Amino acid sequence: MSEGVVTMAHGGGGTRMQELLRDTVFPLLGEDVLLAAEDSACLDRPSGRLALTTDSFVVKPLFFPGGDIGKLAVCGTVNDLAMVGARPMYLTLGLILEEGLGLETLEKVLASVAAWAENAGVRVVAGDTKVVERGMADGMYVNTAGVGVIPDGRAVSIAGAAPGDVLLVNGFVGDHGIAVLKGREGFDFELELESDCAPLNGLVEKMLDAGTVRALRDPTRGGIAAALKEMAGSSGCAFEMVEDEIPVREGVRAICEMLGLDPLLVANEGKLLAAVPEDEAQAVLGAMKGEDEGRDARVIGRVVDGRKGRVTLLTGLGSRRLLRMPSGEQLPRIC
Amino acid sequence: MCLAIPAEVIEIADNDLALVEIGGARKRVSVQLVDGVSAGDFVLVHAGFAIDKIDRAEAQKTMELFEELARLVEADEIP
Amino acid sequence: MKYLDEFRSPGAVRALVDKIRELDGTCTFMEVCGTHTMAISRAGLRPLLEPGVDLVSGPGCPVCVTSDTDIDRAIAVARMPGVELATFGDMMKVPGTEGSLADAAARGARVKVVYSPLEALDLARANPRGDVVFLGVGFETTAPTVAATLLQAREGNLLNLFVLSLHKVVPPALRALVSLDDFRVDGFILPGHVSTIIGSDAYSFLVDEFKIPCVVTGFEPADILQAIYRLIKMRDEGPAVETEYSRVVRPGGNPKALEIMSRVFEPCDAEWRGLFKIPGSGLALKNEFRDFDAGAWELELPEPSRDSGCRCGEILCGRIKPPECPHFALTCTPDTPVGPCMVSSEGTCASYHLYCREEEG
Repeated sequence: MSEGVVTMAHGGGGTRMQELLRDTVFPLLGEDVLLAAEDSACLDRPSGRLALTTDSFVVKPLFFPGGDIGKLAVCGTVNDLAMVGARPMYLTLGLILEEGLGLETLEKVLASVAAWAENAGVRVVAGDTKVVERGMADGMYVNTAGVGVIPDGRAVSIAGAAPGDVLLVNGFVGDHGIAVLKGREGFDFELELESDCAPLNGLVEKMLDAGTVRALRDPTRGGIAAALKEMAGSSGCAFEMVEDEIPVREGVRAICEMLGLDPLLVANEGKLLAAVPEDEAQAVLGAMKGEDEGRDARVIGRVVDGRKGRVTLLTGLGSRRLLRMPSGEQLPRIC
Repeated sequence: MCLAIPAEVIEIADNDLALVEIGGARKRVSVQLVDGVSAGDFVLVHAGFAIDKIDRAEAQKTMELFEELARLVEADEIP
Repeated sequence: MKYLDEFRSPGAVRALVDKIRELDGTCTFMEVCGTHTMAISRAGLRPLLEPGVDLVSGPGCPVCVTSDTDIDRAIAVARMPGVELATFGDMMKVPGTEGSLADAAARGARVKVVYSPLEALDLARANPRGDVVFLGVGFETTAPTVAATLLQAREGNLLNLFVLSLHKVVPPALRALVSLDDFRVDGFILPGHVSTIIGSDAYSFLVDEFKIPCVVTGFEPADILQAIYRLIKMRDEGPAVETEYSRVVRPGGNPKALEIMSRVFEPCDAEWRGLFKIPGSGLALKNEFRDFDAGAWELELPEPSRDSGCRCGEILCGRIKPPECPHFALTCTPDTPVGPCMVSSEGTCASYHLYCREEEG
């Protein structure tokens, strides 16, 4: 592990920068394409349609229970690709480092990027590093682009849900948002909880092997509420959710009750929502349960004819209420 | 107007602080607004403070009332 | 979760709904607590009780009723050099004359969201060279926590923690409301957690002087329904103040919290958003806490906007429905609220807006 910190010279394009790349970045990412140090990664063209996505990561704190900014960057990008049925292949990695960031911190994040890229079966093939003055960034920011390939014949889209489909989720919701909150100053609660941050491309492949999956969405910021509203809106139909079937851990529920947050609006990083034809639901569900990321999968609602974009929640009391699109970040409340 | 949540007191520390547990989550809250709080009590927590103790006997009464009501519905459903 | 889940019995809810629906006639009850409004909405209780029982929402939560002038003061404080304003998260979006605290923070004002006033104390300790101002909002439930924090600051000779008190109290507001000419409800669903502090006796005047049935109740659906059931029964039995939420509410409240509150605060007149100035409905720091009082600071405030024409007051009284207000859905929306009924996400106007939107597709 390096002692020392990132300095402005590390971003200056000269020898210090080459040292940083040679001693810190390349050994951890260990990718031939990167080592070639060309201005662009030159890659073979795969067959099938390309999926391309980009995402930026500014999470605070950089390390949180169950993950870190590096893992989050890989999983976030891989999952965006997986949600359109693409097999993730390549990632780029753009680093914006704050002057004074410990090199050890950088190494830990890069090691995490490398480990999770391997886990998800993607290669980091291009990158960029910039250093900004102290105070101009919060430790480090990461930007990734991802390229994936959609095998011929696959049609998965946020707009694909159709009346008669059932809606599945792959496990407990709200873990990521609360786990990150736990690491933040001020919210000094103790709770055994890790972020659900995980690559979902393996799970998606298993689901697609098992049956028809018409629509997928990974509910991140805005929670499953935002993702359901978006899916229903794009698909031009209405959703009916069963509140008691939506899995929320007791600890997450407790923190939400205490801070006045709604678990359905809390962020996830390893969840997906799927619309699946009813007669194939059991097969898909069975495939999900065989995977770590889908062990707690279940049916939480159904797609119905109705007002486009309407999401109704059937409460445990037998009443109904409308789910609304969250307007912004949820803040702890007293009222 | 005011969110408050029942929590079990795990231990009383110095400075009027208590460690409380809510659904597996633990947090330090101030107990300076409530007299005679001890470990094992349930308190109502608002904005980082216990604002009162929960009266077990009264809670029991309300619970029994609700249980009785629920039984009415069940009895109804059996033909 | 103990003492929470046991009260969430769907069976009890169904039984109570059945019992309520058996009763003759129609009645209108007002829940005066924003958290009750939230609970009613989350549980979807309103449609279950229609058409016999109409639930109308009262003035709203202490956050929603904070006036734009008071928000302007908070923003002016947060903009002062060397000052950090610590606030509960719900205050961030409440609009002032020129935007909200969230807008001010985006333009460089230092605003920190906290869960507890004790965090403001920690902030002040950690930054002895800067000043920390805690934005004191909330009803009687919250005011004692702020009072206790301030007493702790004084004891510890912490000279850089201040409070801008916008606290409000419930009974004078209820008195003002029921004294309005055309105000008419068949009963009040009274706030549980405010009453934990002030006690159920604080509402006797509603029965003695105004003959309005009252039930102090908890926040679970069955609690609220039991209160409604009792309110209906009181039409025959005669009005009284009953306490359904006896697990945390006593007639005299929490004397220790009341004592701490009265050591620090004294009543003052306060402006309620969408309503008017209500005598004795606010809490100001007592003179001996003047050194901690950010309310005594000279602040440069924007010119207050002329009367906005907001008709929340009439909506609260049931005189008009939201679409009859000239602002509704035009200048007043959930993202740019004008009055308290829109500021609160579960307020009458905000709920109305959601359902109208959905109907329009």
